[in-house]
Amino acid sequence: MIASLLGRSLNIRQSGIYIAFALIVVLFSILTDGALLQPQNISNIIVQNSYILILSIGMILIIIAGHIDLSVGSVVAVTGAIAAVLMVEYGLPWPLALVITLISGGVIGAWQGYWIAYFGIPAFIVTLAGMLLFRALTLTVLGNQGIGPFPDPVRTLSNGFTDGYLGNIGLGPLGGADLFSLIVGALVIAGMATTQWRARAARLGYRQSVDPLPIFLLKLLCAAAVIIVVVVQLARFKNLPWVLILLAFLVLAYSLLTTRAVFGRQIYAIGGNLQAAQLSGINVKQVVFWIFVNMGVLAALAGVIFAGRLNQAGPTAGNAFELDAIAAAFIGGAAVQGGVGKVVGAITGGLIMGVINNGMSLIGSPSERVMLVKGIVLLAAVAFDVWTKRRATR
Amino acid sequence: MNDDILRMRAITKTFPGVRALHDVNLSVRRGEIHAICGENGAGKSTLMKVLSGVYPHGSYEGEITFDGDHVRFSDIRDSERRGIVIIHQELALCPQLSIAENIFLGNERARRGLVDWNRTNHEAGRLLDRVGLRESPVTAVADIGVGKQQLVEIAKALAKEVRLLILDEPTAALNDEDSAHLLDLLRGLREDGVTCVIISHKLNEVASIADSITILRDGKLIETLDLAADPVTEERIIAGMVGRDLEHRFPPHEPNIGTEALRIEDWTVHSPVQRGRVVVSGATLSVRRGEIVGLAGLMGAGRTELAMSVFGRSYGTDISGRIYRDGHQVEIRTVRDAIRHGIAYATEDRKRYGLNLIEDIKRNISAADLGRLARRGWVDDNEEYRVADRFRHELGIKAPSVLSVTGKLSGGNQQKVVLSKWIFTDADVLILDEPTRGIDVGAKYEIYSIINRLADAGKALLVISSELPELLGLCDRIYTLSAGRITGELARADATQERLMALMTKEQPR
Repeated sequence: MIASLLGRSLNIRQSGIYIAFALIVVLFSILTDGALLQPQNISNIIVQNSYILILSIGMILIIIAGHIDLSVGSVVAVTGAIAAVLMVEYGLPWPLALVITLISGGVIGAWQGYWIAYFGIPAFIVTLAGMLLFRALTLTVLGNQGIGPFPDPVRTLSNGFTDGYLGNIGLGPLGGADLFSLIVGALVIAGMATTQWRARAARLGYRQSVDPLPIFLLKLLCAAAVIIVVVVQLARFKNLPWVLILLAFLVLAYSLLTTRAVFGRQIYAIGGNLQAAQLSGINVKQVVFWIFVNMGVLAALAGVIFAGRLNQAGPTAGNAFELDAIAAAFIGGAAVQGGVGKVVGAITGGLIMGVINNGMSLIGSPSERVMLVKGIVLLAAVAFDVWTKRRATR
Repeated sequence: MNDDILRMRAITKTFPGVRALHDVNLSVRRGEIHAICGENGAGKSTLMKVLSGVYPHGSYEGEITFDGDHVRFSDIRDSERRGIVIIHQELALCPQLSIAENIFLGNERARRGLVDWNRTNHEAGRLLDRVGLRESPVTAVADIGVGKQQLVEIAKALAKEVRLLILDEPTAALNDEDSAHLLDLLRGLREDGVTCVIISHKLNEVASIADSITILRDGKLIETLDLAADPVTEERIIAGMVGRDLEHRFPPHEPNIGTEALRIEDWTVHSPVQRGRVVVSGATLSVRRGEIVGLAGLMGAGRTELAMSVFGRSYGTDISGRIYRDGHQVEIRTVRDAIRHGIAYATEDRKRYGLNLIEDIKRNISAADLGRLARRGWVDDNEEYRVADRFRHELGIKAPSVLSVTGKLSGGNQQKVVLSKWIFTDADVLILDEPTRGIDVGAKYEIYSIINRLADAGKALLVISSELPELLGLCDRIYTLSAGRITGELARADATQERLMALMTKEQPR
């Protein structure tokens, strides 16, 4: 009976990605004798993948609209270089330098968005050109060397953790943990539970169908359990990474944008049927232009974080990041034809690759094998998507 | 006596839910020009697709005898091997390739796998002489006009040693001069012993060139006229094409007509692909509140082009003319302008232009006016659900809920979603392009009822349809369009299928 309830409310195509993620985590926990879920390692996975996850948020919007962006790796490099020049060489205050860098990213996105949306050149070509252009620009700005070190606040944003504002608390056999982190975690869970409950109540008020209560609670419980595990482990290590807080904010904001905002909904309409969107009065060119501007800004943010983490802006920064971001989006359930995809899916896709990277390096696999596995996972994910779709149309 | 090159016996072809051909017989004599006439959707093209193997043997019932043999074609290559070549209305040429390359496409003059260019161009030149086209074989097809491209298609057919040439609307896109040349060429081919089957809407041409005429209506054979025995008039052909009893029923409707809601004056539209070609020429029409106005015209008359150019210039270039809404002249440059001025356009091709098939009903209904459901850019999705659910009930969309994906709905229900979308924009003027295409009879009745209700609510409706009985049963007034010009305007009381058909096929003095 529970199985039938589960079967009805869990759409395999939508939830398959989360189940796959859970299985991969379990698999690598076993293979690494639990090392994967050690406090420091969880922190590492988040910090090491933060810039890819930020990129994948921008990328999923572009892929939903039916486009692609191959230039983000180079944009990460050039914006990192701009930030380094401003902060290190010109000694600008870091907040001002950060804002200028983000604006530069926006200008780069506007440049590409203009050619794609208003001039009508396929995004593949424009951003392939951008990949070369912005790499060239990086090399011009940097010469052939890195610029660093970055000011402390920038490094803290990329690498650092929240302070133990409220001291530690004993968790029995788990040892001491940061009270502030735990409180934040508890607040997040409480916030999630209330908004979900309110949304459910509102939908019931409109007499819409909702998940039956046990399923609703089960889903909520699973999400809460994941948050508890992650937060407790982080609290036992060095508290919350700042990039995690930044990421959480971005995921929340962009999830809202894609599900609730008119602008976000227009992206899906364009990707689902371009002509129908046009004939429904949607300003397609404008929407496409702005998602590329958005991608530029997010790439600049990733650029600053990546440079801050290495503590220098280098000429090879961001190499092949575009491929990771695109793979994250497709593993996370985006459709090749556009019109389908979720921010949370892209993040999960990015984390799947992050866990595979991390887990395989923990068990000492050589990098060629890691690449092999990632390639197979990407192909399998898209093949699964195509297969379920074909079965659904039959 | 038994000199039939082709006999098709008892051909029946069914598509899901529609019987496109029902027990059709066709006999074509060796060396004649045989015309097939009928309204849009009468089954002419389907019959030719059965003959040429586009619909392979086994997908239809009945049998085909060609040149005395029973034939069972499994694809086009099969039928071409027997010398049956079909030239479709949309030409199948590769514009970037040369004339010679196109003529021998898939039939290359090659030796040991390598193309013999000298032989290719030499033979192409001879074929071009035969069809009377004075162009070099190495000219790219993109650089010659449509009329000449049509001749290249015929040369291509001749290269395959054609014995039965099928032409689907060969002169639809041609001007008078090119048409005349093409018809002369067909007469010449007849002398050479090539049998032709020609599908055409231009009845004057048919009457002048054909030796026999077969008339189809609603997928059934009506009659075959032998012009050698006694010549026929255009009126005679029209009578065969339309002489149908009103088998569809229409909901009764008492119009309550108000003030003028939309007026288009001197509207001229040029083709965006063929430079200089006029698609709509000086059209003037008006629709009043509470009125259902029909727009009749044959394929290629410019009906959809007229509607889409009015709807925010979604079609065409170099558009001129004036649009009045409620008596005031308005500038409509984009689809958003059109929607803002209360004009809606429900497309003839819902799947390509009307719906996001991977999204649910709710999001399709809200797509054209999502701003109405949003506050400061944020959509109230509960309100969206409520609105969509209301439409589901009011228009009778058959689906478990508004969260069902539109791609899985039947044609009739998809059409109701499209109508809901435009009703939701609160438009005063609704242009409905082929609102019942591909919909079964029962659902048609429901769509007619919805259209009547919209008229009763004071909306102005402009309905484009290929089915004359539909226009006669539904509309208060009907305009006819022929070759981009409005050729007539008939009140409901004066309109008959014969009069409409005569106006729709009327050639304009140039």
